[in-house]
This record gives sequence, C-alpha cells and structure tokens, in this order.
Amino acid sequence: MLILITYDVATTDEEGARRLRRIARACADYGIRVQKSVFECQLGPKEWVTLRARLLQEFNPDLDSLRFYYLDAEAAAKTEHHGTQKPLDLSEPLIL
Amino acid sequence: MPEIIQNVLYLTTPGLYIQRDHLTFLIERDGTRLLSLPAHHIESICIMENEITLTHGAMQLALEHAIPIHYLDEHGRLRARVTAIPDTSVTLRRDHYRAADDPTRCLHIAQAIIAGKLHNCRNSLLRGARETSDPTAKDALQSTIDALARLIQNIPDTPDLDSLRGLEGAAAQAYFSAFNHLLKQQQDPFTFRTRSRYPPLDRINCLLSFLYALVRHDCISALTVAGLDPFVGFLHAERPNRPALALDLMEEFRPWLADRLAITLINRQQIQPHDFILHPGGAVELTPDARKTILKAYQERKRENLHHPVLDQQITIGRHFFVQARILARVLRGDLPQYLPHIPK
Repeated sequence: MLILITYDVATTDEEGARRLRRIARACADYGIRVQKSVFECQLGPKEWVTLRARLLQEFNPDLDSLRFYYLDAEAAAKTEHHGTQKPLDLSEPLIL
Repeated sequence: MPEIIQNVLYLTTPGLYIQRDHLTFLIERDGTRLLSLPAHHIESICIMENEITLTHGAMQLALEHAIPIHYLDEHGRLRARVTAIPDTSVTLRRDHYRAADDPTRCLHIAQAIIAGKLHNCRNSLLRGARETSDPTAKDALQSTIDALARLIQNIPDTPDLDSLRGLEGAAAQAYFSAFNHLLKQQQDPFTFRTRSRYPPLDRINCLLSFLYALVRHDCISALTVAGLDPFVGFLHAERPNRPALALDLMEEFRPWLADRLAITLINRQQIQPHDFILHPGGAVELTPDARKTILKAYQERKRENLHHPVLDQQITIGRHFFVQARILARVLRGDLPQYLPHIPK
C-alpha cells in the first residue's frame, strides 16, 4: 500500500531538532521524500507496522503532529507533480 | 505475494559507489549523491560492471533483507552470487534432491517443462503467421507450427531424458528455422542462421544471449526465494557452475518473453546494427548503451500485467517467475501431481 506521511515538528529547542532528524530518518528508511516534510512510502503490512511504531515513539504528541494518508491504487495513479524535484518512481526500472 | 512492488537494481555504470545509510542504499558517483533507495524495495541487485564498489555495509543491508547480490559479466553471464545463509525449509531441499535422483520424476517434470516451451514456441509462430501478409512466410510458419504440434503430441511417449532432449533439439531447430519470418524490419542484419553462444557470432545470437541471461538471472532469484537449489535440475544435467534448475525453469519463458522481446526491439528498430561491436575473430558484443536499452525494455515488459491461470488473477510478468518457482516447489513437496508450465494465451 502507498502511505503518504506528513509531519510538523516543533524545533524551538535542541530536543525538537533531534526529534525532527529522527522522524525524517525513519521516513527516509522506508520511503521517498517528495517535499520537505512529506514522504511517500510503498510498504507491505510488516514494514508499515514497524515504521508506524517508530514514528509514534519518536514524536511528541504535545508539540508535534503526524498525518498518515492511506492511498489506494486509484488515488496514487491520480497524483500529479509540478515543478522541481520530481521524486523517483521506485517501480520504474532501476538501471544505473 | 508481497504487496510491495519490488524491483531489481541493475548497476551498469563504472564508478558507482554504493554504501549503506541506515535502511537505505545510498548510491553515489564521483562524490555526487545519485539516489537513496529503501532496502525493502529491492528484490535483487545485479552488478554488471567491474568498476563498481559495494561496501561491506551495503552488503550487510542486502543480506539482512534477504536480497541476493548477483555479479554478472559483460555478456550477462552469472559469475558470482552472494546470499544470506538460507533459512528456508531444509525438508524442501531434501525433497528436491530426492526427486532429482529419481529418473521417473525427473522425466515427468522435464516433459512438462518441454511441453510448456513448445506450446509457447508454437503460439509465438501462430501469432507471426496471423500478422504476416507474405505468403511464403505464412507457409513456412504454418509447416513449422504443424511440426511443433506433432512433436508436442510425442512428448508423453518419450521413454527417457535423452529421447526427450532429442525431441527438444528437433523442435528448437524447427522453431529457429522459422524465426526469421517473425522479423518485419531489419531482416538482413539480424538474419538467424544457427544458434551460437560463448561467444555469440552474430547480432541476433548476441541479442538473444543477453536476454536469456536476464531471464536466467530472474529464474535463479525466484528459485532461491522459493527455497530451491537453482543448481540441481531435472531436464538439464548437473555440471559444476551450471544453474541447471534455472535453465529448466527458463525454458517456458524463452519464447514468449525473451524471443518476443528481441523481435519487438528489432521490429521497432530500438536495436540497430550499430548497437553491436563486431570483434575480429567473429565474436559479437553489445555496446554499453545498447545493454541499457535492452535492460530498460526488459524491466518495463516485466511490469506489464498478465493473467495467471493457476492463481486466476492478473500479476506482473516479473512475478510470474516467483509463482512458477513456487508451483515447482509444491510439486517437489508432493502437494501438486504435476508441474504446470505457464502458457500465456
């Protein structure tokens, strides 16, 4: 399934900056960064359980927010991208 | 069936540097970051160039995710394979070896494999005969189609592997003799005369060999994932360093996947005579750019959906390798009476 993850992390102090780094890292481990705090993750159930638990552990519910959008194939196919930094499509042939 | 679309990572450019970055592969060239790929997207890594560095960390990441790493030479031949120590069922392996030691079971499985291959060859020629308007080509194709039909009928009567291999040889000769009639463009530079390998001696053999190598790579991966030993075959005799079971499994894929793709690439002129290097002494090699073109076409073809009759659902062609390997594993376990080769309509 394709999951869109967006987050807001309060980075007023050193602790917030740390949470931001660790949340971004968790998302980058499983998905593709499409904008600054937006990741698209193509995951199986096992990966999603792990990633979700990791994110919920890292964020501070009193200061930060996390949003998960579950996209079906139709919604994913309807996605448009305009402008710079077109993200990599991991289902395209990977030939380097 | 994993829900994630997994992909083969092909590394073909000299100077690539692949290291681990947490759970992703970080790919750099000349100090510039090219890509960061999450490991769970990768099904296998295929290294096709000497001047590529894969760090020990990246290798660890691959092994943790059960991603096999294949080292191929410039013709696409498998040179080495790095896999984690398999944790797959040892009972299945024992069943596999017992079946391979039993001549009757070998023959049954080999007959199914050859039947699949010949049906697929015949279907490919039938399609060629439908599409051609040239009466000579139509006649030649039709007579080969009839010859293949007779050979298919004779398969169950073959008493042993040697006679089956003889039948297969006759069928291959008939099939390749009609092969030229499937080309609509560039017939001259791509005329097929006889099959040559190690090294290929003309362009069409060079193209076919490269495609077969890609199919073989996918068969090895699929069999390994299914818990089978790609080196112990039924139709193909065991020889050191020969992935006999992968050669068995790929038979049914050759006509409709590799041969058809070669024909398409030639007919659409995506591959042309200048894509080949003719060496003195006769060996023919693909240019690096041509290899990339073929890889791209092959990978794109594998993303197309095709109906699988056993599962009764649409799955990508790339997943058909895994399904067929699993059907074979079920036969060896005794859960299925006979191997069912995939014969696309």
